[in-house]
Amino acid sequence: MRNIWTIAKREYDYYFITPIAYVVAFVLLGILGAYFAFIIVYFTQNSFQLNGNTPSMSDIAGLFAFLMVLAIPILTMRLVAEENRMGTIELLLTAPIKDFELIMGKWLGSFLFMLTLILVTLAYPIILNSLIDPHIDWGILASTYLGLILVAASLLSIGVGISAIFSNQIAALMGTFGVGLFLWWLVGIPANLITSTAGDIFQYLTMNGHVTSLIDGKINLSDISYFLSLIALGLFTGTTAVEMRRWR
Amino acid sequence: MIQVEGLIKDYGARRALHSISFDAKQGEIVGFLGPNGAGKTTTMRILTGYMPPTDGTATVAGYDVVEESIEVRRRVGYLPETVPLYPDMTAVEYLKFMADLRGIPQSKERAYETLEHVNLQDRANSYIGNFSKGMRQRVGLAQALIHRPEVLILDEPTIGLDPAQVVEMRNVIKEIGKDRTVLLSTHILSEAQNMCDRVLIINKGSIVAEDTPENLQSRLVGSQRVVLRVRGDTDGLSETVKKVKGTRSVEAKPDETIEFEFSSGQDVRPQVAKAVVQAGYELIEMRPIGLSLEEIFLELTRDNTPVKKVSRG
Repeated sequence: MRNIWTIAKREYDYYFITPIAYVVAFVLLGILGAYFAFIIVYFTQNSFQLNGNTPSMSDIAGLFAFLMVLAIPILTMRLVAEENRMGTIELLLTAPIKDFELIMGKWLGSFLFMLTLILVTLAYPIILNSLIDPHIDWGILASTYLGLILVAASLLSIGVGISAIFSNQIAALMGTFGVGLFLWWLVGIPANLITSTAGDIFQYLTMNGHVTSLIDGKINLSDISYFLSLIALGLFTGTTAVEMRRWR
Repeated sequence: MIQVEGLIKDYGARRALHSISFDAKQGEIVGFLGPNGAGKTTTMRILTGYMPPTDGTATVAGYDVVEESIEVRRRVGYLPETVPLYPDMTAVEYLKFMADLRGIPQSKERAYETLEHVNLQDRANSYIGNFSKGMRQRVGLAQALIHRPEVLILDEPTIGLDPAQVVEMRNVIKEIGKDRTVLLSTHILSEAQNMCDRVLIINKGSIVAEDTPENLQSRLVGSQRVVLRVRGDTDGLSETVKKVKGTRSVEAKPDETIEFEFSSGQDVRPQVAKAVVQAGYELIEMRPIGLSLEEIFLELTRDNTPVKKVSRG
């Protein structure tokens, strides 16, 4: 556990000394902030009542989740691939830590960074709450944020796993990006075309649906287990990739 | 401290190590000498728990490198050939990170302490990215020493250093080697000759010779050749040398020196010196010109060399 924390802390700190993390944070929060501002302005002109709707966090959260599909590969591409390229992996693999702890630490470090960004966006619901009546349902908001955190955790885990396979950051970036988009969007297409059990399976594999129900405040075990499975799969891929590097 | 039995490593279809065996005792500095691609790094990577062998066993400090890899890694300090550093960290941050990974309490103090060992205390807060090659090498060594390991494995520790840094690095390693087991690899022969208690010559994945640097030398050459120089007149000098029992093929060279040979194990240099001085010459130089380790090395690692002649014994 201490080893995981040592690696995680190093990675978390590293994000704050690289420009790329600031750019990602700036772009993410900038787009979300602009979108939030538009919503507020739009609803202000309509006296916060539009066809009986008040503005909610779900629009912003949906956009945030999708932006993570685009942004997270940039945050994870470096994590293990750079160690592989620089040869510093030799240092980590000859230190008294287990391969799993290494991957877990890498994931945890990136997760804490994303968590920081997610917590920053809590400013939006707090502002929104002061503008609308009835106020925000905090239960739904908690479910929304649980959804966002799970999306971040699973995409980061996939990113770490893929980063461990490569010693080239761009390969890791494109790999993670591809898998993310596939899960978010592509796998949903056959789900709409096939109406048998196979269609249900494709439907279950689509990340979009699971996030949407969490954002809307519905906490289902199947949604939670979907994300936990992805996290486990990513960490397992990463650990296996490191082990295979030893055997080569 | 290190025990290796029949170690084999295959990379795909290529066999990198052909069943090598050796050991290293506590407090011994053992040199791994061989041309590039001989299998030095592979052996070291197996001993440090970086990769498992295809076959054979290796134990370090009593722990099996495969079964008890973590225990081995706790006790081994390793400096890989390409020094693994994070350029974005300062020297002290880097060492603190390594100390934390090894679970050392008060890691920051330990980091500063270790920097002093390698003479880098005044650059503790500089970024590694700005360091010279020699300084990087020293940070790498500090990393290998951070947990005060029982066994140190250094892969080409002096490669790429300038002559002054090489001397400094050698002194640091010798100092460390006083109470620790050190296994170092090099392809520079004078280095092995200089630093090691014992040398293993490895070529194409096999150990072709193993002995002290001095013995390796005398085993390959049956006799030693010595050059002798006196001040002033050399008339009759070669006769004086010839008269000493045990000298052979005495030759007067055009540059006013005398060369002679004697059988290894029967050092006649004191007698020769005495005879020359008693004959009234002013002896100013007497030095061996026997085969250097370099020549032995070339001899052993050349293709088709009958290595049996100097195999382990």
